[in-house]
Amino acid sequence: MASAEQGLRVVGKALRKVDATAKVTGTTKFADDLFLPRMLYARLLRSPHAHARIRSIDTTQATTLTGVKAVLTGKDLPIPFGILPVSQDEHALALDKVRFVGDPVAAVAATSEETAAAALARIAVQYEPLRPVTDAEDALAHPEPRIHEYGDQGNMHKLIHLEFGDVEEGFRDADLVREDTFFFEGSTHLPMEQHAAVADWSADGKLTLWSSTQTPHYVHRALAKVLELSPARIRVVACPNGGGFGGKSDPFSHEIVAAKLAMVTGRPVKITLTREEVFYCHRGRHPTLMWVKTGVKKDGAITGMHFRSLLDGGGYGSYGVASTYYTGALQTVTYHVPRYKFQGARAFTNKPPCGPKRGHGTPQPRFALEVHLDKIAEQLGLDPAELRLKHLVPPNSITANWLRVGTMGLGRCIEKVVQGSGWKDKFRKLPTGKGIGLACSSYITGAGLPIYWNAMPHSGVQLKCDRGGGVTAFCGSTEIGQGSDSVLAAIVAEVLGLDPLDVAVVTGDTDLTPVDLGSYSSRVTLMTGNAAIQAAERARDIIARHAAAKLDVSPERVAFAAGRVFDVERPERGLTFADAVQLAEAAEGTVGTVGSYTPPPSPGTYRGAGVGPSPAYSYSACVAEVDVDPATGIVRVPKIWIAHDVGRAINAATVMGQIEGSVYMGLGEALMEEMAYRGNRNVVHKIPSLLEYKSPTTLEMCDVVTYVVEDPDPNGPFGAKECGQGPLLPVPPAVANAVYDAVGVRIDEVPITPEKVFKALRRKEKGEAPRFGPAAFPDIAWPEATRVPPPWEGGDGKAVPLTPGASPGKTRSRKPRARARGR
Amino acid sequence: MLRLPSFTYLQPRTLHEALAMKTDAGPDGMYVAGGTDLYPNMKRRHQEPRTVISLMGIPELAQIGMRNAQCGIGPCVTLTTVSGHPTIRDDYAAVAHAAGLVSTPLLRNMGTLGGNLCLDTRCNYYNQTYEWRQAIDFCMKKDGHICWVAPSSPRCWAVSSSDVAPVMVALGADYVLVGPGGERVVPAARFYHNDGINYLTKQPDEVLWEVRLPRPDGWDAVYHKLRRRDSFDFPVLGVAAWVRWEGGRGTRDEGRVAEARIVLGGVASWPQEVPEAGAALVGTDLSDEGVAAAADAAYRPAKPMDNTDFDLSWRKQMTRVYVSRALAELRRRRLPPAR
Repeated sequence: MASAEQGLRVVGKALRKVDATAKVTGTTKFADDLFLPRMLYARLLRSPHAHARIRSIDTTQATTLTGVKAVLTGKDLPIPFGILPVSQDEHALALDKVRFVGDPVAAVAATSEETAAAALARIAVQYEPLRPVTDAEDALAHPEPRIHEYGDQGNMHKLIHLEFGDVEEGFRDADLVREDTFFFEGSTHLPMEQHAAVADWSADGKLTLWSSTQTPHYVHRALAKVLELSPARIRVVACPNGGGFGGKSDPFSHEIVAAKLAMVTGRPVKITLTREEVFYCHRGRHPTLMWVKTGVKKDGAITGMHFRSLLDGGGYGSYGVASTYYTGALQTVTYHVPRYKFQGARAFTNKPPCGPKRGHGTPQPRFALEVHLDKIAEQLGLDPAELRLKHLVPPNSITANWLRVGTMGLGRCIEKVVQGSGWKDKFRKLPTGKGIGLACSSYITGAGLPIYWNAMPHSGVQLKCDRGGGVTAFCGSTEIGQGSDSVLAAIVAEVLGLDPLDVAVVTGDTDLTPVDLGSYSSRVTLMTGNAAIQAAERARDIIARHAAAKLDVSPERVAFAAGRVFDVERPERGLTFADAVQLAEAAEGTVGTVGSYTPPPSPGTYRGAGVGPSPAYSYSACVAEVDVDPATGIVRVPKIWIAHDVGRAINAATVMGQIEGSVYMGLGEALMEEMAYRGNRNVVHKIPSLLEYKSPTTLEMCDVVTYVVEDPDPNGPFGAKECGQGPLLPVPPAVANAVYDAVGVRIDEVPITPEKVFKALRRKEKGEAPRFGPAAFPDIAWPEATRVPPPWEGGDGKAVPLTPGASPGKTRSRKPRARARGR
Repeated sequence: MLRLPSFTYLQPRTLHEALAMKTDAGPDGMYVAGGTDLYPNMKRRHQEPRTVISLMGIPELAQIGMRNAQCGIGPCVTLTTVSGHPTIRDDYAAVAHAAGLVSTPLLRNMGTLGGNLCLDTRCNYYNQTYEWRQAIDFCMKKDGHICWVAPSSPRCWAVSSSDVAPVMVALGADYVLVGPGGERVVPAARFYHNDGINYLTKQPDEVLWEVRLPRPDGWDAVYHKLRRRDSFDFPVLGVAAWVRWEGGRGTRDEGRVAEARIVLGGVASWPQEVPEAGAALVGTDLSDEGVAAAADAAYRPAKPMDNTDFDLSWRKQMTRVYVSRALAELRRRRLPPAR
């Protein structure tokens, strides 16, 4: 066969998304658009307490209300669940305790939403309030009362300590050792579509759940577990998501409740959350306090780095253990770090649970690292762009923490934005109030390991070739607006020489499609894409065999393009794709193939090595220009230049869209977004509404100049790497660095609000430290380090066995002590 | 989604009919115009009228007319119309500007001048769903007994969040009210109370019939708004500045300020006039010293509370900056164009 060498016909073009017309004309069916006959409406009663024991629940008055068909409480769904096997700490409805204002306690199904809401008001719950934990440092200071009965220590959910080489030795080798403390505020995903689900329990004993979920496979597993049904009797259909960003990748209370209510009533049940309830589902960015100490040579070469993070996890585990590891995982994949030490802690607090938001656990440390490097560059008298360019991680190398880096386009990215923005003429040269800042980042293209341990593929694709010439691709991948359906169609179309619009895609349906783990960790294009290539190439082989016989040439001479199958030496000799399929079908029966993809094993095998590995890493560089009003502290960002190493763009237009969307979301986090709570008022969310949770409008959005850098990665389909998350990461630090360039004050936390800039400017006027940010990182009783020698110290990716008693001083058993974080 | 409670909706065609309907409905009846304030509030159970009487079907309430060289605007004129009307843009630019800064284009297409002038006071302990408010055991503005902004306070500190009201007070506009007892004319400044609950002197059965703007003779006014984003957001600070020049507006000689008013929005439960700030400007030519004195005077009584967006101390600091900038704009407009 000869197609791969013929040049690409579909891949790389800026093609319309296969679902674009339905989206823009309003005909796409989202979960809330589904209506089934005799459907009931469900609502959840949520806790008005941040932390309380449930004494009793009386549902009598609700049950007797006309129109109410069922009422559920925790006792009806007693089996716990959670996205991670190590954090099975959620109940669909609180069993004996509530852990944040908004925690679901009871549910009603009724003939109308109004009736369901009225019924909720008639449920009487007796609570015994407990002391609430308001933030991570409060959790450190108050191990009791515990929010959960599990976790590493008091109200500390998880403590991590990893050491790759001797960092102290690194600091001794350094010409400059610098320490900084940073804070990154929590923020939420804010998808346009609120979560919604419709459940149907058929008379045949099969449950179907349509849901706005990014992870139908994991919802499938959770339903089977909690409802004690065979997975074979459950079908989960992921509806097109009106935005996800990580906020719809856990199994949720409302999904399980809708399913149970359908089973109890024998009628379909719909539940659509209010915007306020979406804030309570959350699973967004962890508020993270960070401390970093780095040793550098005079030329900026890093000799050692020690990084600490403290995450405010909220009321449940969610993805939090993985999030905590991620705050320490990717520091090493951009600039060479020969010795690296990471200590991470996640606290339980009485707030909606945090989890994975675009960039999952990595925007916080990336902010810290990139601002820290900007300060180091200034201290060394180096241009921050030059400092970075000089010390890039080489391609095809293994980092200190045993991550395998393949292609590495960060250098080209930096060069693009430096040139495009006129960096050299602007940096430290603009008039007061105008500034420019640079930052870089990297992100995984799919997590190397699944959420639950198994040896099966991460993505599967089935292909059915119709005798009419159409091809259907079946895959569990989930379209959340990012364009995964279009990528699937494009790749199949590329291999089989078809128009993508002639490829039907059936996705995200556990009855119809092979498993794909879901739309998270930027994994879909790479993993689904590779599975699709395999399935399509297998179909091409079958069809080519029979077309070759008909054309009387060897199969190697058969090419596929423009809906034809032909002799590549004499292109006029050929047949239509449909005719070729018919030949194959006549000879071999139905033409159907499968493909699947499993990421390569990671070289690291120490405990904790599961978070960070990826088949490929994307890279981004960003320059932000800001205007700072010294009288008010108000920061405006007129323009951002961003270059992203995507390996290869499958669809040039959607790649651009993902990069610009990431810039937008990063800008919101940089300037204004904040999950604010009132710690002294029952820890209520201060502003759970689209009006008062401030996110940029089109008027605040900057101009974006995007450079797509292509350096095909051998692990990616046609060389593609991710682009949906990575480009968010450099935006907050680039803005912070630009603010410093503009007015000479360091804002070491996001969001960079006018109040903070204003305070820092006043401090500068008074001759105080021209900075706003956290003063210190609290004392934490870290566990003994897992010591893993880096590759260049002769390690093999395994931890050095612990020697009990060898270093008794390292393991401290005293209670953790918090130090107030001064500002 | 959040659901409206059920209610009876009435559409009178005349003011007489509207007043009669209100009398019939009693305290459970409320007037509505564009509904962009009332309906979201009803979803959160801030107001729970059984009967909602729309004023939008009364033609006279949606007119803009001139009488005795004075511009009269009906309360049901939409904010979009106010912001784009040629007479208002030419002679009352501050009114048009303020109306154009309210919320978003879509809400301005529905929202009315009267609605903005009668806007319910706002507070982020109050503008929340019933369930949210339950978690703090409610507040005195609705269903509770305490003001969470100032727990020892006997009064409610919800914030006047209208953009147009401070301008009306600064201009010295008159509001014409019609109730069962007849018509009365109230100066804009006396239409408002500095109380988050009883923030209007208008009686519930009175209808705002017309807003009368003063003749455009020899005065000028501007409005500056502080908010997080350039759309959507309510003001956390509004500055309406009005000056009457000696010798009138048309003269180009070195005039001085004969009279001035500075009115702040977003810092109290009513549009807060700061007479000391206005007084500081009289006799000046809006020189830097005069402006600084006025800005300082305005800064002192501004009392933002922790119940809107942004940190309250910063909001107070911004009073100075925004008053200075508003006055600087007035000065610029006074100066002959540079050659």
